[in-house]
Amino acid sequence: MNARDAILELDNLTLGYDRHPAVHHLRCRIAPGALVAIVGPNGAGKSTLFKALTGELPPLQGHFRVHAGKRGIAYLPQQSELDRSFPVSVFDMVSMGLWREIGAFRGLSRSQAERVRAALAAVGLSGFEARQIGTLSGGQLQRARFARMMLQDANLLLLDEPFNAIDARTIEDLIALILLWHAEGRTILAVLHDLTLVRRHFPECLLLARECLGFGPTDEILTPERLATARRLAGEFDATAPVCHRPEAEAA
Amino acid sequence: MIAETLFGPFAEFEFMRRALAGCLALALGATPVGVFLLLRRMSLMGDAMAHAILPGAALGYLAFGLSLGAMTVGGIIAGIVVALAAGLVARSSILKEDASLAAFYLLSIATGVMIVSLRGRNLDLLHVLFGSVLALDDPSLLLISAITTATLVALALLYRPLVLECFDAAFLRGVSAASPIAHYGFLVLVVLNLVAGFHALGTLMAVGIMILPSAAARLWVKRLPAMLGLAVLIAFASGIGGLLASFHADVPAGPAIILAAGIVYLLSLFLAPGGMLGARLNRRPHLES
Repeated sequence: MNARDAILELDNLTLGYDRHPAVHHLRCRIAPGALVAIVGPNGAGKSTLFKALTGELPPLQGHFRVHAGKRGIAYLPQQSELDRSFPVSVFDMVSMGLWREIGAFRGLSRSQAERVRAALAAVGLSGFEARQIGTLSGGQLQRARFARMMLQDANLLLLDEPFNAIDARTIEDLIALILLWHAEGRTILAVLHDLTLVRRHFPECLLLARECLGFGPTDEILTPERLATARRLAGEFDATAPVCHRPEAEAA
Repeated sequence: MIAETLFGPFAEFEFMRRALAGCLALALGATPVGVFLLLRRMSLMGDAMAHAILPGAALGYLAFGLSLGAMTVGGIIAGIVVALAAGLVARSSILKEDASLAAFYLLSIATGVMIVSLRGRNLDLLHVLFGSVLALDDPSLLLISAITTATLVALALLYRPLVLECFDAAFLRGVSAASPIAHYGFLVLVVLNLVAGFHALGTLMAVGIMILPSAAARLWVKRLPAMLGLAVLIAFASGIGGLLASFHADVPAGPAIILAAGIVYLLSLFLAPGGMLGARLNRRPHLES
């Protein structure tokens, strides 16, 4: 595989806070069009990895390369980061997915407004256009966020726990959307906790517990032994840990 | 008779007309900024920054007396320094932003009063603390109007990034580099408008014309453009009402204006759809789905 064959390359990537690593010497290559579940216990560094990929957190060591092309990355953070008391309508919120086309100043053309309505219909929110986002339920808001992501039309999609506190029917609808995006050739990385869901829909899996415990076909990665190791590793934290001197060559 | 009460003072006295123009300018500029302060949950931050302006303006006063330019420049510098410093303290110490703002604002107001009293008379201190909306001269009016004009242009340019920054900053950071521009641009607008309000209403009440009309408007309407419009109307109406009350009842104008806005706010708090009684009074039958 040469560099052109990967949409995302992580090269000895170490991320963390206050010198304590949250992601430790991670190496992997994600092929274009891959559908990857990122699995691991709380504190395993999953969200931290996404923060680094979107440029919010500079790496402590190593680097990563994104070859997502002109259409770039779309990132769906965990729900809590959105202020639902702000007075804005569902239509206005979702239409911001067209930011790359309309920027800060341009209005929506008729065809763009049509695309916003189509995206709302695709997530099952037709008729909600004029509602305030504060009146939506958790599941409806997540549908709206998926609609916005759909309009972003990105090549690489990062979803951070998209199904937290979401009911079964909504998950089913949203998974169908993810599979559709996968069929369109987009690359998708999703942080998930529901292993049944991962086994059923995600061909590839990255098991993370600060260290990478495996990346490959889901069946081979999600073994009981590896999951037990992940649980054990994630709990460990040593405030007086010595400086890590792992040579780069061994880190793979 | 009624017309005489309402229009007479403005028709007769130039200082009332100047005060009216000042109030209109403040309502158009400072109040929309206040709407965003309120929606960003930064109302108290606005208050703290208003007080932070005092030592800067006081230093200008110490050096040059009651000079418009010196007090304005001093106020703007002090406001921006405190806004940035409070953010820095919150990020790099264990204190939260509200604690660091409260600390800055207490220090600022104590320092400011000390500096003014070093040189001045009590009259000057009153002027600085409570403003002089009835004594706006040409340069002051021009300054307030210039700040209002700049604010309206800047808000028009920043509107979309600012709205996104308010309710989904993570998304804005993902799609655009405009997030820091929206954030810091907005802080600069807050400081500028506080300085404008400072000349008319004084450092203690400048933030009143920003927050009270915004809070009242929030209780009545659900959409942001409507909220901006209604807040401006309430602010201007409070300006007129306060000036008239001040003229007829011979009370200080600045507090009268803020009290008028406060009365609108209190009434809204009870009667508006988003208020305490409003939700109970307005009981239309619910829909099927």
